[in-house]
Amino acid sequence: MQALYAQLLVGLINGSFYALLSLGLAVIFGMLNIINFAHGALYMMGAFVAYFLLNLGGISYWWALLIAPILVGIFGMILERTMLQWLTGLDHLYGLLLTFGIALIVQGVFQNYFGSSGLPYAIPDQLKGGVNLGFMFLPIYRGWVVIFSLVVCLATWFLIEKTQLGAYLRAATENPTLVRAFGINVPRMITLTYGLGVGLAALAGVLSAPINQVRPLMGADLIIVVFAVVVIGGMGSIMGSIITGFALGVIEGFTKYYYPEASNTVVFVLMVLVLLVKPTGLTGRAA
Amino acid sequence: MKNMISALLLGTALTLASAGLASAQDKTVKIGALSDQSGLYADLAGPGSTLAAQMAVEDSKLKDKGWKIDIISGDHQNKPDIGTTIARQWFDVDKVDVIVDVPNSGVALAVNNVVKEKNGVYINSGAATSDLTNAQCSPNTVHWTYDTYMLAHATGQALVKAGGDTWFFLTADYAFGAALERDTTAVVTANGGKVVGGVKHPLNTADFSSFLLQAQASKAKIIGLANAGGDTTNSIKQAAEFGIGKGGQKLAGLLLFLTDVKAIGLDTAQGLNFTETFYWDLNDQTRAFSKRFSERMKNSAPPTMVQAGVYAGLMHYFKALDALGGNPHDGAKIVAKMKEIPADDPLFGKGEVQANGRVIHNAYLFEVKKPSESKSPWDLYKLVGTVPGDQAFTPLDKSSCALLKK
Repeated sequence: MQALYAQLLVGLINGSFYALLSLGLAVIFGMLNIINFAHGALYMMGAFVAYFLLNLGGISYWWALLIAPILVGIFGMILERTMLQWLTGLDHLYGLLLTFGIALIVQGVFQNYFGSSGLPYAIPDQLKGGVNLGFMFLPIYRGWVVIFSLVVCLATWFLIEKTQLGAYLRAATENPTLVRAFGINVPRMITLTYGLGVGLAALAGVLSAPINQVRPLMGADLIIVVFAVVVIGGMGSIMGSIITGFALGVIEGFTKYYYPEASNTVVFVLMVLVLLVKPTGLTGRAA
Repeated sequence: MKNMISALLLGTALTLASAGLASAQDKTVKIGALSDQSGLYADLAGPGSTLAAQMAVEDSKLKDKGWKIDIISGDHQNKPDIGTTIARQWFDVDKVDVIVDVPNSGVALAVNNVVKEKNGVYINSGAATSDLTNAQCSPNTVHWTYDTYMLAHATGQALVKAGGDTWFFLTADYAFGAALERDTTAVVTANGGKVVGGVKHPLNTADFSSFLLQAQASKAKIIGLANAGGDTTNSIKQAAEFGIGKGGQKLAGLLLFLTDVKAIGLDTAQGLNFTETFYWDLNDQTRAFSKRFSERMKNSAPPTMVQAGVYAGLMHYFKALDALGGNPHDGAKIVAKMKEIPADDPLFGKGEVQANGRVIHNAYLFEVKKPSESKSPWDLYKLVGTVPGDQAFTPLDKSSCALLKK
C-alpha cells in the first residue's frame, strides 16, 4: 500500500509537466486553432535558456523561471507574426506541418551545436534535499514542481475563463470580425496568446531542467504523449487538459509499477479507448 | 602425351594465377559507418565514429600504396528495420565491403545477419550484446570494443567482492538490456550474491522516479543499471535526487560512456565505478590520438571507447587487406585473416581476434573523479584497476559460438 502512495505522488509530478504542456497546447488550439507541433521544441528552448542564463550570465534558477518564458515567448510571437498568421482560416493540416517543420529545424540546430547527450543543470540550493514522508522519500524539488505548476495552471485557467481579457479572447475566437468592430486589436491579442502558450511550454522546460538532462530531444520525446493528453482531454478545453494531464501522469505512474514494459504505451491505449467512446475527448464539445 | 598433360597443367596453373592476380590487384574498399546519428547514442558513436573511420583511413597510409578507400555513413535511428534496409542497400547497390560501428544491440544483431548473408565484413564497436560472438556469431563478424559479458564480469565481480551481494536491476527493455542483465546475474550469483528484483523500462525513458522508488523499496545493496546513454544519465541524476546514495544503496552503472559522465556532471557522477576498454587519458598514445581527434570534432570532444574501437578495428582490417595484397571482396576470407594477425594498435594495445570474432584486450575499472580532482573539461576518470583481456572476456571454452565446434 505504501508503494502505491509513492507511485501516486510520482505520477502527480509527471502529471504536472503533462498538464503545463497540454495547457499551453490547449490555449493555442482553443484561441488560434493551430495544432502547435513546435511545442516540444519550445519547451526544450526554455530549458536551454535556463542553462545559458546560469552558465553564461550567472543568473539563478529563480530568475530563469521568469526570464526564460519571456524570451521564448517573444521568439514564439515572432514566429506567429512572421509565419503562423498567414495560415489563419486554412485547414489545420497547414499549421501542423508548419510547426512540425519549425520543431525539426530548431531541434536540428540545437543538436548540431550541443549534441544529443545533453548538459547538466543542478537543482537550486534552496530546493535541494528531501523529506521522508514515511511511505517515500520526496525530493523537495519534486514537491515544488507539483505545487508551482498547479498554481500556474489554475492562474491560466482563471485568466482565460474568468477575466475581462479572457472574455475578449474567447469572443475573438468565436467571431473575430465582430470583436474588431468593438475596437479591439484582435491580431495583437492572438499574437500575445500564442506568446502565452509558448511561455507556458518554456516554463515547463525550466522546471524540468534540473530533473532531466537539458537535451535537444527532450521535447520531441515528450510532445507525442502530451498530444495524446490533449486529445483525451478534449482539444481546446482548458480545464480538461489540466485535469487529464495530472490524471494521466498518475495512471502512467501506476503502470510503471504494475507493468513497467507498457508504461510508454498506456497513454495511447487510453487515447484509442477514449476516441472510440467519445471522439471529442472527455471534456470536448463537438465542433 | 606427357608433354600435353604438363602443358595443360601449366595452362591451368597460369589461368589460376592470373585470376588470383586480378583479384589481388583490386585495391578498392568501401566502408559504411552505420550508426545512430541523431538519437540518444549519437554522441558516444554517431558522427564521431565516422570521423574515427576517416582517421583510420588516413593513418593506414594505404592510399600511398595505391588503394582507393571511400567512406559513407548512415543513420539507423535505433530501428532494426531501418538498419537492415541500409545495410542491404549498401551491399547491393553501393558495393560496400565493410560495415563498422552499429551501436544498439537490437540493430546490431539484425545487421549481423545481413552481413553474413552478403558475405561482407562487420566490425562492430558500438553494440554491447555478447550474443554477437556467442549464439549468433558469424564468420564475417569481429566484435571490437566491449560486450555485456565483459561489463558484467569486470564491474559485477568487483562490486560483489566489495560486499554488494544483493542486486536490483533497472533494465532497458530490449536485446541489450536483457543480455546485460542476464550476464550480470550470472556473475552475481556465481560470486555468492543474490538478485532480489528488477524492472524493465522502455528505451528512452525520461522519468525514472517510479522505477527508482521500486529499487529503493527492494533494499538491495546494489542497483544495477542495465541501460545506456540518456537512460543511464537520467537514472543516475534522478537517483541522486531521491537520496539513493545516502540511503546506503550503491548505483552500478554497468555501461557508462565518457559522454554520459560529461553530461551528468562530476557533482552528481563522482564516485561511480564502471568499466571501459579505452579512455583518452590512459597513456601517451591514447592522448596523442585523442588530441588529433578532438581537434576535428565539432565540440572538441575526445573519442569515446566506441569511436576508438571503430578506429582500431578498421586499422586492423587494413592490416589484413594489406597482408592479402588486395581486396578479395570475400568477407569471410578477410575476417579469417584478421583472426590470424595479432591485434596491436595504439589505442587498445596488444590483443587478439578470437575464432568467434571476439577481440580480446585489457579492460579498465574507472572511478569518476571528484570535481576538485578534475583539471580540464574532459578530465573525468581515474583508473582504479586493470582486468587482463583473457579474464575480462568470455573464455573460448564457454562461448556458445557454432564456429568453434568443428
